Amino acid sequence: MDEIYDVIIVGAGVVGCAIARELARYELKTGVLEKEPDVGLGTSCRNSGVIHSGINYKPGTARARLDVMGNAMMDELRAQLKVPLKRIGKLTVALTKDDIPGLRKQHEQGVANGVPGMEMLDNEAMRRIQPGIEGILGLWTPSSGIISPYGLTIALAENARANGVDFRLNHKVTGAARNDEKNIFTVSATDTRTGGSMTVRTRILINSGGLHSDELSRVMGIDDGVIWACRGEYYVLDKRLDGTLKTLIYPVPGPNDPGLGIHLTPTVDGNILIGPSAAYIPDEDREDYRATAHVMEDLRREGLRLLPELTTSDFIRNFSGNRPKQTPPEVGGYADFTIEETKIPGFIRLQGIESPGLTSSPAIAIEVRNIVGRLAELKKRARFEENRPGFVGRFSALPREQRMDMIKDEPEYGEIICRCEQITKKEIRDAIENPLGSRTMMSVKYRARAMMGRCQGGFCAPRIVRILRDEYGYKPNDCMMRSWRSPMFTGNVRTGGDNES
Amino acid sequence: MTKPAGRETVIIGGGPAGLAAAIAASEAGCRDVLLIERDVRLGGILNQCIHDGFGLHRFGEALSGPEYAARFIERLRETTVGVMTGTIALNISDQRRLLLSRSGEMIEMDAGAVVLATGCRERPRGALGIPGHRPSGVYTAGAAQNFVNMENIMPGKRVVILGSGDIGLIMARRMTLEGARVEAVYELLPYSGGLPRNIRQCLFDYGIPLRLGTTVVEIVGMDRLEGVRTAKVDENLKPIPGTERFVPCDTLLLSVGLIPENELAREAGVEINPTTGGPNVDDRYMTSVPGIFSCGNALHVHDLVDWVSDEAERAGRAAALYAAS
Ligand SMILES: Cc1cc2nc3c(=O)[nH]c(=O)nc-3n(C[C@H](O)[C@H](O)[C@H](O)COP(=O)(O)OP(=O)(O)OC[C@H]3O[C@@H](n4cnc5c(N)ncnc54)[C@H](O)[C@@H]3O)c2cc1C
Ligand SMILES: Cc1cc2nc3c(=O)[nH]c(=O)nc-3n(C[C@H](O)[C@H](O)[C@H](O)COP(=O)(O)OP(=O)(O)OC[C@H]3O[C@@H](n4cnc5c(N)ncnc54)[C@H](O)[C@@H]3O)c2cc1C
Repeated sequence: MDEIYDVIIVGAGVVGCAIARELARYELKTGVLEKEPDVGLGTSCRNSGVIHSGINYKPGTARARLDVMGNAMMDELRAQLKVPLKRIGKLTVALTKDDIPGLRKQHEQGVANGVPGMEMLDNEAMRRIQPGIEGILGLWTPSSGIISPYGLTIALAENARANGVDFRLNHKVTGAARNDEKNIFTVSATDTRTGGSMTVRTRILINSGGLHSDELSRVMGIDDGVIWACRGEYYVLDKRLDGTLKTLIYPVPGPNDPGLGIHLTPTVDGNILIGPSAAYIPDEDREDYRATAHVMEDLRREGLRLLPELTTSDFIRNFSGNRPKQTPPEVGGYADFTIEETKIPGFIRLQGIESPGLTSSPAIAIEVRNIVGRLAELKKRARFEENRPGFVGRFSALPREQRMDMIKDEPEYGEIICRCEQITKKEIRDAIENPLGSRTMMSVKYRARAMMGRCQGGFCAPRIVRILRDEYGYKPNDCMMRSWRSPMFTGNVRTGGDNES
Repeated sequence: MTKPAGRETVIIGGGPAGLAAAIAASEAGCRDVLLIERDVRLGGILNQCIHDGFGLHRFGEALSGPEYAARFIERLRETTVGVMTGTIALNISDQRRLLLSRSGEMIEMDAGAVVLATGCRERPRGALGIPGHRPSGVYTAGAAQNFVNMENIMPGKRVVILGSGDIGLIMARRMTLEGARVEAVYELLPYSGGLPRNIRQCLFDYGIPLRLGTTVVEIVGMDRLEGVRTAKVDENLKPIPGTERFVPCDTLLLSVGLIPENELAREAGVEINPTTGGPNVDDRYMTSVPGIFSCGNALHVHDLVDWVSDEAERAGRAAALYAAS
């Protein structure tokens, strides 16, 4: 890569991808370096997927401002990028009198932050939204909603790609040096697949490295702003319960809680999440996403308390996500987002982008674009394709007549590969052939939603592997679950056969 | 949309249950039987069961799964039963209107009687709630059996098996025969639910230990599985502190139960029995929805395929009778 980039973004989470798409509107040569084999595999696929209204954040902070702004931008993104989003609103509920001052504070913050449509509701009014709900007073925020977090990240990235942004997946940035005469950074990266190294030159360098953002700043000589990882664990509930929750329901948060407390969150896919817990983890591995026995027990207990009809088989799977916190364990609570050009000219960093980073992502992208605008000339590109082409979404959710028509043109829409979610072969193929060139089992899972249902891939994983082998020339050793370190298989059973590797 | 075609008796699922039901319905005099199978070939789960032991009761011979299935497929060819493979039933209404999907088309169809012979699926990891990481290398035993026997793909080299159901036992032997090292089979309960002959022939003949009253309490490995932590359990099946042991392995196979496959039945409004996971049926194998019948592993999980065939024949005959009435 001899050419010089105008902008290199390190980290393809929802924030890095939103920035990439925003910069793609301008005549800039933009590239993204991501250490994983796909976008969004960090915190951006490991969260509650809630579009927050903005009542939770201290007025005057970047979090408050960017959340409200990002929230308002989501409808346009839904329309352009075909991302699943549902504005189901939220009730923050005071169960006892003691909760009321906290609830009033949320309301006041909401007013100061410009949150639209808020209402205080008594129990009867709350029950018109969510039958049977307990609580004496509730704050209703209709702009709250749910979105597919990986769906948004992937859509932003693929649209940025379609508009000319380069994505280098499997490239871990290890350092960068600035040539002060030429005003150019030489960024070094390791190919996580081959171990080889490469460099790329750029005028502007953006650190959007999430949990590792402080380390990336440190290699540039900027030491302040330490990140602590704070794990949030979840249980995913079976779709059987789809429709039980009409809205988001949260308790009133305490002042120093590191999260918003364990609660139920419906997902756009029709599951319900229980979680997230909040526990700081040791610094050795900020990407340790394990599920721990005692938290799982707490989540089950909490789930049963909130939804007594749950049975064992409703708890279909666990996951966790780690918050990139800028406040140490002994302090808790939240610090504001750090989004700034550093003392190193042309080096922009984003640190501590924890909740509501998903909601804020498109607004953060505008913020960063404004900083870039002070460093480089922003000239709108003559053509920016803001829409995602083709059919994106769930084929099985379409009306029957439309499906019958589409199958005539695309026979593979008739072939079901994932029986739990009724995902068709065409959808699997579209996922495999994604414009970013990412081809792990997770890439297929997050794009086509295969392997996410009740059987967790028991049925469709062998079928997807067969498609990769028969139609894309994959050998068993080429199949990766998530990264190059997570091979699915060790090889062929016997060699000498037709499909020997 | 064209007006749906009508068929007299439609059997959904072409495993041993569906095969036997279709043959029996035809032999009971129904001239218009249709067998629907989503896979490209008939035989169901038997296709991946390349070990022997099938048909001891029915044929007095130890057949492999595909051999057992072949006996029925040959007989089916002598009947007038229509067969649609590569076709999945997506939906059934309580009026027995079916929605089928296959490459290039979706088909609506009315049926005089429907037999659900859709088999079962395996309980996944999530249902067990094992703490730890989510690396690659964790498979259900049946999925691993599919990879090894159908796809010529080896899931791993150093294996731990959780659950001593028959599929786990069979896979312990299969993985050993294919050159993997099987550390042990762990079983939560103080006894194994597997057939005694499988415990003998699949574990003890190969020196694979069966560790009863022991379970996996943690899955370790951020990327590929690196090992599992096991622990003994007390009489309430709770792990006993101090008994944990780390067992290095790159593969964990789960053989922790089968669940009757009844998505279609549920959508048709069929009453499901919470104990068996299959529909409640009367003495003709008819479910709570008139004209919808159930048999085989979809009705309840069977140990032996021979009993599946017997039961499905009775269900197939009853369905043909219903369709004729
Ligand atoms: C439990 C939990 C619940 C949450 N719930 C919500 C919610 O409901 N609503 C909401 O708005 N927000 C929520 N959030 C916050 C939201 O998920 C994050 O703010 C957002 O995903 C951050 O995106 P990001 O792109 O900054 O980080 P990430 O998604 O972590 O992306 C950073 C990327 O940088 C890459 N990277 C790191 N180092 C390097 C390197 N050296 N070289 C190359 N690449 C590198 C990583 O691999 C990663 O892909 C939640 C967060 C958590 C943890
Ligand atoms: C791994 C394994 C090992 C076994 N080993 C032995 C053994 O050693 N000895 C023995 O006697 N028994 C054994 N059994 C038990 C025996 O094989 C089963 O009891 C028997 O196969 C059940 O038959 P079935 O037809 O009900 O189900 P299956 O064989 O599972 O067949 C169901 C069929 O229905 C199809 N289907 C499902 N849904 C749809 C739909 N919506 N549309 C169209 N088609 C559909 C499926 O593709 C499948 O072909 C074993 C079972 C398993 C799972």
